[in-house]
Amino acid sequence: MDFELSEKAIDFRSQVKEFIENNLTSEIISNMHKTGTFNDKSFNEALASKGLLAGAVPGYGDRDPVELYLLFNELEKAGAPYDGLAVTMLVAGIINTVGTEFHQEEILKKLLTGKHNCCLGYSEPDYGSDVASITTRAEKVGDKWIINGQKMWTTMAHESDWVLLLTRTNSEVPKHKGMTMFLVPMATAGIEIQPIPTMASERTNATFYDNVEVEDQWRLGEVDDGWSVMGIALALERGVMGGTNPAVPLLKHVLNWAETAPSKNKSLMISNALMRERIARTAIINQVGQLLTLRAAWIAATGGMPGVEGSMAKIYASEEYQKVVGWFQQMAGAEGLLSFGAEDAAASGWIDYDARHAPVTTIYGGTSEINRNNIAERHLGLPRSR
Amino acid sequence: MDLGMNTDQETIKDVFSSFFIEQTGPESARNSMPLGFDAKAWKRISETEAPGMGVSSPTGGGASLSDLVIVAEEAGSQIAPIPIIDHVVASRVLEKLDLLEEEVLTGTLIAGLVVRPVENGVAKSVPTGAIANRLIALNEGNLVLLTDEPPNESLPNHGDLPIAHREIKNANVIAEGKEATQIFDRALNEWKTLISAFLVGITRSSIEMTVDYVKDRHQFGKPIGSFQSVQHGLADLPGLCDGARLLVNKAAWAGDKEIPGEVNLTDNEISDFATLASMSLIFAGETSLHATDRGLHYHGGYGFSEEYDIQLFYRRARAWSQILNSPSEECLHLADLLLKDSEG
Repeated sequence: MDFELSEKAIDFRSQVKEFIENNLTSEIISNMHKTGTFNDKSFNEALASKGLLAGAVPGYGDRDPVELYLLFNELEKAGAPYDGLAVTMLVAGIINTVGTEFHQEEILKKLLTGKHNCCLGYSEPDYGSDVASITTRAEKVGDKWIINGQKMWTTMAHESDWVLLLTRTNSEVPKHKGMTMFLVPMATAGIEIQPIPTMASERTNATFYDNVEVEDQWRLGEVDDGWSVMGIALALERGVMGGTNPAVPLLKHVLNWAETAPSKNKSLMISNALMRERIARTAIINQVGQLLTLRAAWIAATGGMPGVEGSMAKIYASEEYQKVVGWFQQMAGAEGLLSFGAEDAAASGWIDYDARHAPVTTIYGGTSEINRNNIAERHLGLPRSR
Repeated sequence: MDLGMNTDQETIKDVFSSFFIEQTGPESARNSMPLGFDAKAWKRISETEAPGMGVSSPTGGGASLSDLVIVAEEAGSQIAPIPIIDHVVASRVLEKLDLLEEEVLTGTLIAGLVVRPVENGVAKSVPTGAIANRLIALNEGNLVLLTDEPPNESLPNHGDLPIAHREIKNANVIAEGKEATQIFDRALNEWKTLISAFLVGITRSSIEMTVDYVKDRHQFGKPIGSFQSVQHGLADLPGLCDGARLLVNKAAWAGDKEIPGEVNLTDNEISDFATLASMSLIFAGETSLHATDRGLHYHGGYGFSEEYDIQLFYRRARAWSQILNSPSEECLHLADLLLKDSEG
């Protein structure tokens, strides 16, 4: 195996690093944690103006999945707000693959400016992992569609111009054959957004659709073929759009803290043997997370479909992140409970934040259990258990 | 970047996979007890010139570390009771010092490495101590070559390995001072990398044999592999196994490079050989413990019986992952490399 990145990829990575160095201010980072909105339109716009955003659209332009991985990995390592960007660029990739000329002109072009966001409307109050059972209805009345229902976890809905909305259009056929995807403008009458505060700083939303009327041109993909559009989204995402190195910024904060925090016998935390063992183990976890993600990106870049490999990277990175933050929170004792802004907070509150944030990473974007089902069935060849 | 094998490496994999399946495997492991060495399989592998494959060509096979990890993984997948890893690493040291004997090159004499520093003139629990005719050790700052006759008797042990204590007497000093440490460190890093690959092989086989078992074993009228609790216990393992293989291969890649690598802990950019070799041993070791633990468990009571193979893999995973060091100690060594201070 050869682990040396191509010159083109190395060059792209240094452009991204330079961009982050020049544009990611501590104000942007503290603002995202204050507002709970991990999206910064001026930051996104700056990325676009440097020509780096088109590279963030999977399958678009001349950036391959390895470079896509590098962009999001650098943003993740730097603690930049990229949650909104990742979803928006994923939608851009879907439009690039199955969108009409109207979608390309009306939406994709705007998304590439960094000024606009999209959000995902898949989950509902009663259907999360079992997404093929969703009940939000879209009915064709004349040449228009009338949509009624509710979506959950529509993160960034309040920042978005469009929602990628999965609806039920046919109840007479097996459930995954009766769904249709729409790109609904958020400004349409009948849409209501309610914020859902979470135990970490990030905000998500519930969205309500009450007789929302859209023209057929906002349909993405064929009628009753929404399941295929979801499949495209999964294929494009491939686990390479961030989320597989969350313990890298955490370790940076922990090291800063450990170098000055007192331990027993007047020594520093960095000299504590258990602390050092845990730092070493975290460094290994970060390497393995990187390698599993690179492997998925490499498979995609060489024409393969790394569905199972993406699941492996996702489970590993998120479960280990939760384990690691637990170690450090316990190492920090009472000060590991103190939050941003609190006097003496361990790692300036980052340990508390990461310990709050980590649980959701094993849930969103496909729970560990859904990913384990995927590996058990498609990789180990075990019988379907549901 | 290329995370696949080249054509030559695919050939290496095929050839050695067949060899280890035909000549070694669980039956060979059982039959080689109590010594923990299959002399017949060693004779066979010597006929293929594999003992000299790590030595530069044309004298030897000229294999890179990246080639050797493929061989080591295949050996591990069949828990081959032959000292191929130790022998290859020790041969490379002897070649470097112009001390490579023809009998070592051909495998007629077995060479090994004393992986831990010698204390008070005794090398304790040497992995090939019972069988090695040539042992390289770091003794009081010097690299020494021990040429005594091996005891051919093992200390009974968890992993059925040819472990023995060896007294360092009449050993020749073959390198001194800084050179001695540098050569020893390099050899130890190669050993760590290849043992890690062996552990990946153990992990891979344990997953395979367990998946086969749970597809076959029926309870409550269906295969136990159809129960989600069993599926999920197994589903974590392939990612760990693949992660370990990638890490081991990255270490080998770093070891093959002429230029020194970097350690940038906060940016997660690591290409330094010693650091990656240490990471590999810890991670491949831990992964093998986990995979054999789950594997044995899903075999139920049969997994605990001598008749079934999983217990052989279970015990060897533990033996190889800690014969150098306790994993916690190895983590402290790794922390020193990562943090570049002397706090530890």
